[in-house]
Amino acid sequence: MALAADAHLSWNLAEDMRQLFAFHFMVNAYRAGTIVAVVAAVVGWFMVLRRQAFAGHTLALVGFPGAAGATWLGVSALWGFFGFCLAAALCIAGLRPADGHGYSEESAGIGVVQAFALACGFLFVSLYHGFLNGVNSLLFGSFLGVTDNQVVVLLIVGAGVLAAVAGMARPLLFASLDPDVAAARGVPVRRLSVLFLVLLGVTVAGVSQITGSLLVFALLVMPPATAQLLTPRPALALVVATAISVVVTWLALAVAYFFPPSPIGFFLTTFAFAGYVGAAAFRRASDRRRSLAAAA
Amino acid sequence: MALQMGTQARTDMRMAIEARSAAVHLGGRTVWQGLDVAVGEGQFVAVLGPNGVGKSTLIKAILGLIPLSAGSLTVLGGHPGERNPEIGYLPQRRTFDAGLRVRGVDVVRLGLDGDRWGLPLPKRRADVDDRVAAVIDLVDAGAYANRPIGQVSGGEQQRLLIAQALVRKPAMLLLDEPLDSLDLPNQAAVAALVARICRDQGVTVVMVAHDVNPILSYLDHVVYLAPGEAVSGDPETVITSQTLTRLFRTPIEVLRTSDGRLVVVGQPEPPAYHADRHQH
Repeated sequence: MALAADAHLSWNLAEDMRQLFAFHFMVNAYRAGTIVAVVAAVVGWFMVLRRQAFAGHTLALVGFPGAAGATWLGVSALWGFFGFCLAAALCIAGLRPADGHGYSEESAGIGVVQAFALACGFLFVSLYHGFLNGVNSLLFGSFLGVTDNQVVVLLIVGAGVLAAVAGMARPLLFASLDPDVAAARGVPVRRLSVLFLVLLGVTVAGVSQITGSLLVFALLVMPPATAQLLTPRPALALVVATAISVVVTWLALAVAYFFPPSPIGFFLTTFAFAGYVGAAAFRRASDRRRSLAAAA
Repeated sequence: MALQMGTQARTDMRMAIEARSAAVHLGGRTVWQGLDVAVGEGQFVAVLGPNGVGKSTLIKAILGLIPLSAGSLTVLGGHPGERNPEIGYLPQRRTFDAGLRVRGVDVVRLGLDGDRWGLPLPKRRADVDDRVAAVIDLVDAGAYANRPIGQVSGGEQQRLLIAQALVRKPAMLLLDEPLDSLDLPNQAAVAALVARICRDQGVTVVMVAHDVNPILSYLDHVVYLAPGEAVSGDPETVITSQTLTRLFRTPIEVLRTSDGRLVVVGQPEPPAYHADRHQH
């Protein structure tokens, strides 16, 4: 943060931008943040639609012991996040009752995984002495110290996730809204649900890099939920969610840079929350207008 | 034991569904047995009977989702499941959560391309739009198809779901209790809509129903399932006080109204069946 302390916000936008990108760590933060924001919005939209927010949050919490364990072993935290989130996704998929497509039955299994994961995280933190500063950024996010290498990994993983979602977009939407009919039409509902959990795990691992384990919903739930309030068209909602997610990330990074030592996670969540509240107010006003018009 | 009535007369007609001594066992229990059905193409068939006798099971057997344990079943000239792309299916009791913010038109569209992988091509997209618009027109759902499906009424949702089942121009529609949870005017309206589609589009319709009266005047064929027994045939032959009373071991009267319509009184719907049997 010592470097960023020299930065001063001015009324000259060009000068602000120059300052913002003067340091390589900031350029990398923007690269990683943008990749993560896009993937989170798209996967998050499906997660919200499928009511799997609990699974998403558990996968995020699992990233914490993953990262803590990796740090303890002296490996990059990125691998800990990805490894643990993937394993947990497969665990949750495996614990799910074979015949049930009700997500409520899933929640007990998810709770089991979540509790165990958090306990593991605590163990790794205890084992690694003097780790305490790192815990904060693992839980609440950090944008410092994203390496070129990590950006490349995030880009490859993000592109892979987006390609997979694009490939299965319609069957996944069908299976999420209408599993019985989708199954009768030959959509592999159960395999899609496992695949989606895996994609969710990978996405959450990536998002945790910026938002930390506890604040993944800032990008995974808030922009998609906001977009759903603004439009019921699936394709448009995905575009709107992505736009909100990216703008929120960019703004939060800028504010965190210009006003150190402010936490990135707080601004991300605050901006996303403001967007959601605004959209909810818009929704309410427009529903009222419609019902008044219908009554007239 | 099976009774077969009125099926010999239609040997000239192509058969949409043909069952011979069909039976299904689930979890060690005989759901139904001795089922003989012969449904011609383009006919409107009702599957009737109290809760728990396996009406939905019959629909699933037609779709090939549940195997027969005895007998044979031919659907559109093939094995069950083989011709599923030509079948529009509407499962039992599907209501969408009020908070679901996806438009009705999107749900209908999924019936057409929901099983396609990859992203839609622009040219194909236009064709899909046309077909979806046409089928929404057919069920008169244009006024609310662009609203979030969670926010339209049960009857409106049912029309949209029928549109979804119809969007691929199926040869057969399987409707599992589509009138359930609708108020009486909506029951009559949806029944009339299904009958119109059956007649105008030449689609074979198999409708599972609780109450025969809203659809009785449109039916070409009925299948009555009762515990341990199954009867199928023309409505005129099967729907008589005598047959129904014997089948359900409870007094049932079939009356003829002044305009010639049949009305069944004393529906085989005693609470006893609710209490100890559950539909699977």
